[in-house]
Amino acid sequence: MIDLDATDLRLLDASQGDFPLVSRPFEALGRELGLSEDEVLSRLQRLLDEGGLSRFGPILRSENLGGDRTLAAMKVPAARFEEVAAIVNANESVSHNYEREHEFNMWFVISSEDQSDIDRVIAEIEDQTGLDVINLPSLDEYKVDLRFDFQELFA
Amino acid sequence: MTAAAEALTGDQRSVLLAVQDGLPLVERPYAAVAERIGLDEAKVIAILGELLATKKVKRIGAIPNHYALGITANGMSVWDIPDEDAATVGRLLAERPEVSHCYRRPRAAGWPFNVFAMVHGRDRQGVIATVERIGREAGIIDRPHDILFSTRLLKKRGTRLKA
Repeated sequence: MIDLDATDLRLLDASQGDFPLVSRPFEALGRELGLSEDEVLSRLQRLLDEGGLSRFGPILRSENLGGDRTLAAMKVPAARFEEVAAIVNANESVSHNYEREHEFNMWFVISSEDQSDIDRVIAEIEDQTGLDVINLPSLDEYKVDLRFDFQELFA
Repeated sequence: MTAAAEALTGDQRSVLLAVQDGLPLVERPYAAVAERIGLDEAKVIAILGELLATKKVKRIGAIPNHYALGITANGMSVWDIPDEDAATVGRLLAERPEVSHCYRRPRAAGWPFNVFAMVHGRDRQGVIATVERIGREAGIIDRPHDILFSTRLLKKRGTRLKA
């Protein structure tokens, strides 16, 4: 587990969006938080280096790029879990993959700028693994906002 | 050419390809990207502004690996709700600050649940209590439901353009 001090928590809460579109955005972000540009950069670099951030950059919306995405799940036999995870993760159009405690124990998101990729990728994964995939595209979105409130969660 | 390729201008595509795996953590990140792809800094900033305005980019910033940061109880609550009630229930669940994502999805073979609401926390008991509470408040606690806790993040790379 990565150690987070109060300043890291504030930085995480302030930096999950609205990144300033100005020449020196880390300086602008720091000004908002009372931190120097150097401190913002070194704290973010540490979080990135230690794996606390997956990345620092844009989140693309496949639906608005002419593409699509879906949530898919599989029942993977325990003995084959790592092998199947490697196959699924190797697919370029798989953006996220989670192990979950359930009979359906592998849940992954397929996201592509090309709509026709979705069915193709599902067919490929079924073919490569010999397992059935259930395809659960969203029919209605009531809320999509994965910004963590770190100060609240760590209060 | 795909529909997606038509939806992006050449410069937009160049910028996205250059930044999709991360902005450089340097004093002038947009200038660094600009230099790499032969545009100027102001143009890169303007293009990112266009991509945000048209929602091709949802946001720019830190993308936490919540597991590594200690948010290890990630519960996907799933509910079997009559289709005609799903929108009402979905909106009620979506109002709760503890719910980060809420969707209606199809049922499938061996999968009876159609409403999905994600709840994140630092301990499993807390997430279970939250799901029970919001289920009672939404009047659906007697409907078939389950919570699927994730035990491992296997991949989190985000949506990417193909080079």
